[in-house]
Amino acid sequence: MNLMEPILPSYLDQSDAVRERFERIRQRETILEVRKLGKRYRSPQGEVEALRGIDFSVRRREFVCVIGPSGCGKSTLIRILAGLDKHTSGEALLDGKPITGPGQDRGMVFQGYSLFPWLTVKKNVMFGPHMKGEGNDQAERDAQLWLELVGLEKFADAYPHQLSGGMRQRVAIARALVNQPRILLMDEPFGALDAQTRAKMQSHLIDIWRNIDVTVLFITHDLDEAIYLADRILVLKAHPGEVQEVIEVPVPRPRTPGQFNSPEFRATKARLEALIHPAPEPLPEDEQAVKPHMIRFTDVHDNVE
Amino acid sequence: MNMIANWFGGSADVDARRRALLGIGSFLLPLLAWCLISYTPFIWHPKVLVTDPGGVDYFQVDMRVDKAMFKEEVANMQQAHLALPQGQPSNPIYLPAPDEVAKAFYNGFVNPPSNTDVPSMPASLWHSIQIIFWGFLLSSLIGVPLGILSGTYATLGRLNEPFIEFFRYLPAPAFGALAVAILGIYNGPKIAIIVIGTLFQQVLIIANTTRKLETTLIEAARTLGSKNLKLLTKVVVPGILPDLYRDQRILLGWAWTYLIVAELIGTSSGITWFITQQARYQHFDNVYAAIMTIGLIGFGSDLILARLGRRLFPWDRTQDRQ
Ligand SMILES: Nc1ncnc2c1ncn2[C@@H]1O[C@H](COP(=O)(O)OP(=O)(O)O)[C@@H](O)[C@H]1O
Ligand SMILES: [Mg+2]
Repeated sequence: MNLMEPILPSYLDQSDAVRERFERIRQRETILEVRKLGKRYRSPQGEVEALRGIDFSVRRREFVCVIGPSGCGKSTLIRILAGLDKHTSGEALLDGKPITGPGQDRGMVFQGYSLFPWLTVKKNVMFGPHMKGEGNDQAERDAQLWLELVGLEKFADAYPHQLSGGMRQRVAIARALVNQPRILLMDEPFGALDAQTRAKMQSHLIDIWRNIDVTVLFITHDLDEAIYLADRILVLKAHPGEVQEVIEVPVPRPRTPGQFNSPEFRATKARLEALIHPAPEPLPEDEQAVKPHMIRFTDVHDNVE
Repeated sequence: MNMIANWFGGSADVDARRRALLGIGSFLLPLLAWCLISYTPFIWHPKVLVTDPGGVDYFQVDMRVDKAMFKEEVANMQQAHLALPQGQPSNPIYLPAPDEVAKAFYNGFVNPPSNTDVPSMPASLWHSIQIIFWGFLLSSLIGVPLGILSGTYATLGRLNEPFIEFFRYLPAPAFGALAVAILGIYNGPKIAIIVIGTLFQQVLIIANTTRKLETTLIEAARTLGSKNLKLLTKVVVPGILPDLYRDQRILLGWAWTYLIVAELIGTSSGITWFITQQARYQHFDNVYAAIMTIGLIGFGSDLILARLGRRLFPWDRTQDRQ
């Protein structure tokens, strides 16, 4: 550690404003409650325990990030909450009612492009309202509104393949929000974007979240992204996937990219790093088997560094 | 974007023109070879076309005899001091020259024969096209829905696919006699053979195409509130439509390959009857013209369908490769 650096505050220290904010959040009603949730996959190689005893709850309009090493069960968790997978033990409640399958009360944004390629941007957004049984006019008005919110009204008649990665994820967000879900579930939605686009999308997502009544559960493996976005961060560990710690992010709101260097931010990041990379993870077997043997093919004096 | 083509060099815009040129070349090269064989006497020409029999009693004008035999007869006539036979090198009768085939092609369509015993080429072709149409339509009416359902619902797929997998190895022509016994000797059994030849492949191919639909799309649709029939009609079907269309184009090509056997069943009919009749009279120029017409119709209709596909499915990126 650099001696010139001031000693970081603890990530547990919260300014009065931040503490009050968490107080206020705790006053709100619980939207999502997960109790002793477990998931075992049966595969030809045997049973995999993807999740074990997951316990947490999310309050209304809270922004919760889930972070953890790859393979710790983040996707499994969010897919159970979306109703796409079934848990094998415990329970997951939305507004007090057990989750049994997918429903319009939960919106989902996937990492990969999940837009319907045969529908234009507007028709993609109209898909949910149509499924609800809304008429064409009403669905179109709704779609228009949400496309304006994500800034894509000019692309309403474009096909998804004509859009950039960032724009596609904006459409995916609009498509999920048009159903006015109680909670927006996002599985590494910006993971495939370049750094600049990702930063833009993060700010945009915060803007959306500030302006509409929606709760967000956001999965990421990017520590900065988690701290920048979240009220609380659920840190998972792998094999089996368990909650390691739930961190209340001490960085005050409104968040700005300038805060990336603030002491609270760095303290939180240091804690996350300590939790997530305690020891170098053993490489998977096939990676271990790869041992390049470097041979010099150029002139010995022809050095590049 | 075609990865393999790119590894071997060539950028996209140069490719478009070069591809067109190569495409034309792929037709010109065999044509050139055919011209060379037909018009340059020293390349092959194993026969001699008799123009004047001279003193040879069994020679006739327009008779094709082996070169060696012709030489022998010339020598014989020289010895016997009789008139020498005249002739020119020629190819066997089963290899007419391009211009002869072109003339036959033209005559086949412009001056169909007045003789009612001999079928005309347009009428024969039209009959064949109708057989293909009805055979393919019937097969698709069963095969497309069954394929989509088998690909969507694993249980249904497991219930019928093993049997279909077995059945598709049974050669369709083997059912010819059975089809005649059941459906008579006219168009029924012919259409049945096209159906038997196409249907089983169709179910398997379309089921497979359906299974390849991105699961994320189905999951996204489910989180947006669609299920059961809506999921099938609003997501699965539109999602696979461009690939389904491509499959159908390939299957239609297969249906054509069953045409000839189908038309030999019962009373011979259509283009097959035309070809066998013409071959019997040794009008090989007509035979070639008819075979090529089948090729042109198949290839041409596929080109048109490919164009149409690009219009129908503007979102389909895989078509850029074609
Ligand atoms: N369908 C499945 N069948 C068997 N094992 C699975 C399946 N899906 C995920 N897993 C296993 O569950 C664990 C968690 O996976 P996942 O939730 O995708 O992790 P993450 O999203 O955090 O990378 C992994 O070990 C993975 O191999
Ligand atoms: Mg994942």
